[in-house]
Amino acid sequence: MEKMSGARSLMVALEREGVELVFGLPGGANLPIYDELYKSNIRHILVRHEQSAAHMADGFGRVSRRPGVCFATSGPGATNIVTGIATAQADSAPMIAVTGQVPSKMIGRDAFQESDIIGISNPIVKYAFQPQDPAEIPEVVKKAFYISATGRPGPVLIDIPKDVQQNEAEMNFPENIKIRGYHPWVDPDIREIERAIDMLLSAERPIILAGGGVIISGAFAELQSIAELLMIPVVTTFKGKGSFPENHPLSLGPIGMHGHAEANKMMVEADCVLAAGSRFSDRSVGTFEEFEKRLKIIHMDVDPAEIGKNQTTNVAVVGDVKASLRIMVKMLIQKAIKRNGDYPWLKRVKETKEYFKENLKIPDHPLAAAKVLRKLREVLPHQSIVTTEVGQHQMWASLFFDVIQPGTFFSSTGLGTMGWGFPASIGAKAAKPGVPVLDIAGEGSFNMTENSLAVSVLDNLPVIVFVMNNFSLGMVAQWQRTFYNRRMIGIDLKNCPDYVKVAEAYGAQGIRAQSVEEVGNAVKTALKSDVATVIDIPIDPEEDVLPFVAPGTPLKDMILPS
Amino acid sequence: MMWAILSVLVENKPGVLFKVTNLFRARNFNIDSISVGVTENPEFSRMTITTIGDDKQVTQIMKQLDKMIDTIEVKRLDEKMSVYRELVLMKIKVSKPSESMEIMNLANAFQCKVHDVRKSSIMIEITATPDRIDAFEELVKGYGILEIARTGICALPRGGVDES
Ligand SMILES: Cc1ncc(C[n+]2csc(CCOP(=O)(O)OP(=O)(O)O)c2C)c(N)n1
Ligand SMILES: [Mg+2]
Repeated sequence: MEKMSGARSLMVALEREGVELVFGLPGGANLPIYDELYKSNIRHILVRHEQSAAHMADGFGRVSRRPGVCFATSGPGATNIVTGIATAQADSAPMIAVTGQVPSKMIGRDAFQESDIIGISNPIVKYAFQPQDPAEIPEVVKKAFYISATGRPGPVLIDIPKDVQQNEAEMNFPENIKIRGYHPWVDPDIREIERAIDMLLSAERPIILAGGGVIISGAFAELQSIAELLMIPVVTTFKGKGSFPENHPLSLGPIGMHGHAEANKMMVEADCVLAAGSRFSDRSVGTFEEFEKRLKIIHMDVDPAEIGKNQTTNVAVVGDVKASLRIMVKMLIQKAIKRNGDYPWLKRVKETKEYFKENLKIPDHPLAAAKVLRKLREVLPHQSIVTTEVGQHQMWASLFFDVIQPGTFFSSTGLGTMGWGFPASIGAKAAKPGVPVLDIAGEGSFNMTENSLAVSVLDNLPVIVFVMNNFSLGMVAQWQRTFYNRRMIGIDLKNCPDYVKVAEAYGAQGIRAQSVEEVGNAVKTALKSDVATVIDIPIDPEEDVLPFVAPGTPLKDMILPS
Repeated sequence: MMWAILSVLVENKPGVLFKVTNLFRARNFNIDSISVGVTENPEFSRMTITTIGDDKQVTQIMKQLDKMIDTIEVKRLDEKMSVYRELVLMKIKVSKPSESMEIMNLANAFQCKVHDVRKSSIMIEITATPDRIDAFEELVKGYGILEIARTGICALPRGGVDES
């Protein structure tokens, strides 16, 4: 027991959780926290907008698989992180947000910079705490990290009234905590896994659908073993992109609205699916009914509430996806179960893959998305971490940028937050300073958080922003072209600003690349540079993302490029 | 579509009721009635929630409730194996003196308590299952119901704690 202020105990508790850096921006209601941050060994990264602090913490969390931490003040500081919290929640990313709050006795009086962030954030956090007494803080922090990182990860908010930060108390830092209503560890049911194996073996056209859960739990080796032992082709959701090496012969790539043609086609033809860590989102499966009518579904997920939420299942394995897959691998090896790759389904899969490889049309434009992104893959080392923004460029990344090393690709897939990719890439760089980090961006999205360039430059977290500049909110433009008879409104960004100059204004490096060759060279230059680089690539404003499965239609009705 | 009675044991802390009701709202589930009170252990409260939905919806509601960190236990009560009651206070209009007696006779037949007998109104307390309450309401509607307050359903499974 030691007497100290609430703010001091917060720092001690964060240090005990192994926190080395936080992203944030101070204000009146969290000044006591910042004063203790000043005295601590924790590094502070000053953002230019709190939303970016949350995205950085999110990016840090996804890459390091432990919660990233962000700080914001009360009122507008707290409301500014709301989009960041919702993004993390939608993609099950571990994150701790610490907000200052007005003093306890002012709460409820509409005090200056008071906002009810506990109420506002309720539907978008995994849990929220508001300690009423400084002595609660050590336990609250311990619980927050435990809740955020375990089971299905997610954001946890700690809202601390200013007086609770300032007042002193005898502090007890618990080693262990128990939360009686929270049971993140469920042992997978062995019998269900046995049934799953039987079902996969008796299927004629089995397929594996790997979701984000495989990446969150790091079950790459297990997934690959199962695919190879049973010779089952692997499709992924968009969130699961890169959970399986996309250059592997059994890989078909992501399914969904802008899935790979061969992936959607094979998903439609399959008769049994092993869905590992996927929640069957509407963007992935098109229409739910179409799916469950046709398929035997084996569903593995850590979150029991996901079983049966969107899709009726035949076999359900609740538990950590890595643990479940590992048990499955063990069983297969023990029973010496293997399947030869010479069965008809696999032949069909290979042929389909070949067919689309040869016949899928790539536009003639010299900077067609496929050409630009294949060049990027060629020059970017495989261990590099790639984030994306949201829009056409994101879907092109899904289609044309192959992830070779599992777990190196991250995107805002659930909420689809424009402006996420760049700050998240900075968070990723902070988590893994040793590898190159690149954000595949649209200029519209980059606009939203481009002021994080200051952070990238000043805090020495150099990342590469790969701007596929179509001078428009391209994805919206595509929908207006497709569904609204070209009534184009609210999409024209007019060549403004000049991204090379923007980069330079922040002390970063700006390069304009006007051919595929220049793209390759620009990336090579950026990789050698120790300062952030923005590469501005003027692409065709009229290029559509294809294939396309229109919303509310089944995967089989996929529209192909003509 | 069917009616389901959920018995939810939660942490007895501020904000938990808000979170539970907000969950129903956010997930587009409906609450038919809800009653809350502290249990034999002051650390917990019990919420009895009745809702209407198909089997899949009810299962999903239960899973989402279970996922909440502040819930300790979520049970669906079998109507036949449980005792469930609602308490209703009702003010009934009395237009002529003879009605007063009629209403009190009806109240007697339904084992109601009679409170606050006035010249122009009677307040009645009825504790019963919802269908019995509906039946009573139907009978006295003709006199004119001035005001109603209902507690929502409160329920426990029959038998010992282990048997349920
Ligand atoms: C914060 C936010 N606002 C609006 C949208 C809707 N939206 C989806 S994609 C898109 C266009 C994105 O433009 P850009 O970043 O330039 O990407 P492009 O589609 O042009 O590649 C918009 C506006 C969104 N996803 N996020
Ligand atoms: Mg654009």
